[in-house]
Amino acid sequence: MGTPEKNPVGETAPAGDGRERRTDTLKKAWYRFSRNKLSVVGLAVVTLVVLLALLAPVVSPHPQHASAYTDFANSCAPPSAEFPLGADNMGRDILTRVIFSLRGALYMAVIVLAISVPVGSFLGIMAGYMKNSWVDYLIMRVTDVFLSVPALLLALAVASLLEPNLTNAMIAVTIMWWPWYARLVYGMASSCRNEYYVISAELIGAGRLHIIFREILPNCLAPVFTKMALDVGWVILIGATLSYVGLGEQPPTPSLGQMVADGARYMPEAWWMTIFPSLAIVVVILGFNFLGDGIGDMLARGENRHD
Amino acid sequence: MNLSDFILKRAVMSVIVLAGLSVVIFVVARIVPGDPARLALGSTASETALETFRTENHLLEPLPVQYAYWIGGVLQGNFGLSTGTKRPVAKDILEFLPATLEMALLAALMLIVFSIAIGALAARRRNSFIDGAVRVLSYIGIALPGFVVATLLLLLFGSLWPVIPVLGRLSPGLTPPQAITGFYTIDSLIRLNLPLFWNAFLHLLVPAAALCLGGLCQEARLVRSAMIENSGRDFLTAMRGYGVPERVLAGKYLLKPSLIPAVSCMGMDVAALMSNAFLIEVIFDWPGISRYGMTAMLAKDLNAISGVILIFGAIFVIVNIIVDIVVAWLDPRIRLGGA
Repeated sequence: MGTPEKNPVGETAPAGDGRERRTDTLKKAWYRFSRNKLSVVGLAVVTLVVLLALLAPVVSPHPQHASAYTDFANSCAPPSAEFPLGADNMGRDILTRVIFSLRGALYMAVIVLAISVPVGSFLGIMAGYMKNSWVDYLIMRVTDVFLSVPALLLALAVASLLEPNLTNAMIAVTIMWWPWYARLVYGMASSCRNEYYVISAELIGAGRLHIIFREILPNCLAPVFTKMALDVGWVILIGATLSYVGLGEQPPTPSLGQMVADGARYMPEAWWMTIFPSLAIVVVILGFNFLGDGIGDMLARGENRHD
Repeated sequence: MNLSDFILKRAVMSVIVLAGLSVVIFVVARIVPGDPARLALGSTASETALETFRTENHLLEPLPVQYAYWIGGVLQGNFGLSTGTKRPVAKDILEFLPATLEMALLAALMLIVFSIAIGALAARRRNSFIDGAVRVLSYIGIALPGFVVATLLLLLFGSLWPVIPVLGRLSPGLTPPQAITGFYTIDSLIRLNLPLFWNAFLHLLVPAAALCLGGLCQEARLVRSAMIENSGRDFLTAMRGYGVPERVLAGKYLLKPSLIPAVSCMGMDVAALMSNAFLIEVIFDWPGISRYGMTAMLAKDLNAISGVILIFGAIFVIVNIIVDIVVAWLDPRIRLGGA
C-alpha cells in the first residue's frame, strides 16, 4: 500500500470565514468521493434502498402481500403488469415482499452495527492505549478467540441454540461483529499512542479520558466509518444467510434469504421466485460496497487508489 | 527473529486461542435456554432417566467443574455422544470430515490458481476489455452470497444443462472406494479405478466452484491492484536497467511481492470457505462435516455442535499459521524485522 502521498487538494488551507471554509471542505470531500463514479452509483442505490424500506407500505404495489396472505388463483404467476416481478407459490407479489424485506435487513444492520461498533471500538482503544499491560492482553486475546472461528459459523451456532427469530439473529451476529472493530481500532490506537500530540498531552497533565477520547479517538474514526459503510452490506449478507437456513426473520414476515430458499423449491419453472430476491441481495450489497469505497476515498486523503 | 522462533510463537498463541474458543463454546452451549438432559433424551424421557443422565454427565456440578470434565474428554478425543446419530461425535467427525476437506482443498486450489492468474492477466492488460470485465465480475462475485451461487449452479447443472453431476459425492449405484484417506478421488486413484476417480472428480467440481467464487473474485482484485501498485517501484526500474527480461521481471520480481496482500487475505478466505461450506453442502447434498454440523445445529445437538466448531477453529488456526509462514517467506521484512 506504500506511504500515502500528500494530496494538494486536501492539504491547502482554505482562506475566508468559517462558513466558507466549511463549504470548501464539503466541496473537496464531495470531489474526492465522486471522483470514482461507482461511489456515486453506490450512494444512489443506498438512498433508494433506504427510501424503499422506509416507504414500503406506500410504494409497494400490494402492501397486504407482505404478511400471511394467500391468493391461490395467482400462485406462481409470472411477471406481469400486476406482479412486476411475478408472484410466489401463495400468489403474493414478489416485488412487495422484496421491498418489505429490505426493512428487516436494514434494521438488523443498523442495530448490529450500533452495538458492535461502539463496544469494539471502546475495547480496541483501551487495549491500544494501554499497550503491553494486562488490559491489552486480556482484551486482545479474547478478540483473537472470537476471530479464530469464521463469523458465519459461530453466528449460525448461536442463532441455532436460541429461538429462531430476528432479535436472536441480531444477537448472534453482534457477538461475532465487535472483534473486527476491536482489532481495527487497536491497531490505530496503539500506533497513535506514541505520536507527539499524545505525548505532549500527557506531558501537560491531561487526564487519561481526555487523551483517549479527545486525542486518540478522532484519529481512529476514518477507517471505522469506512468499515461501517462496507459492513452494512456484510451484515445484510449474513442476515440473509441466517434467514436462508430458517434462523432469521420467521414467516410470514418476508426476508430475502428465506425468499431465495422458498423459491429454490419451485425452480426452474417459477425462476422469478429465486432470481429477483437474489438480485436484490446483490444490488444492496454492491451499493453499500461502492458507498463504503467512496467514503474510504473521501476520508483517506491523497492515498493513490488504482481501482 | 528466525523462522522457527516465529512458528513456535504462533503455535503457542494458537493453543491459547483454541483454549479460549473451547471456553466460549462451552459457555454458549450451557447458557442456551432449555434443559440439556431434556434436549438429549427428548420430551418423552422419564424423570429418573433425566436424573441419571444429569449425574452421568456431571450436569449437577458447578460450571467450571463441568468444563474440566468436558475439556478433559475433548483432549482425549472424546466429544461425547451425538443425540442425532446416537454415536460418538468424534467418530462422526472422522467419517464426515474428509468429504469436506476434499471439497475445500479443491476450492482452495481453484481460488489460489485462478485468482493469481486472473489478477495478473488483468494487471498486465490494464484498462483493456479483460481488465474491465474482471473488475465488474469481481465486484458481482463479492456481492453474490454463496447460497445464491450454489442455488443458481444447481439450477444450471441440475436441470437446464446436465453435463456435470451435481448432487452427492458419487453417481447413484457406484460403491465408494475403500477408505484410505477418505478422499474419494485419491482413494480411487490409489486403487487405479479411473472411472470412479473421474466420477468423484466431476461431482467435486461444481460445489468447489460455488465455494471458492466469492474469495476468488476478491483475491483477483487484490492481486491486480498490488501488481499495478508495485509496477512503478524503483526495484523494477533497476532490474529493467540491468537488462532482466520482461518475463522474468513479471514472474519473479513483480508477482512475488504482489502476492503478499492476497496471501494474507487468503487465510481468511480459506476459513470463509469452510464456513460457507455449511450452506453449499446442504444445497448440494454433500455428506460432509458442515452438513452434519448444520443438522446438529437445527436439532440443538450440543455435543456435535461443540465438536464441529472446535474442529473448525483448529483448522482455521492451522491454516492461519501456514499463511503466516508463506507470508514470511514472501516478505523478508516480516521475517527479519521481527513482528
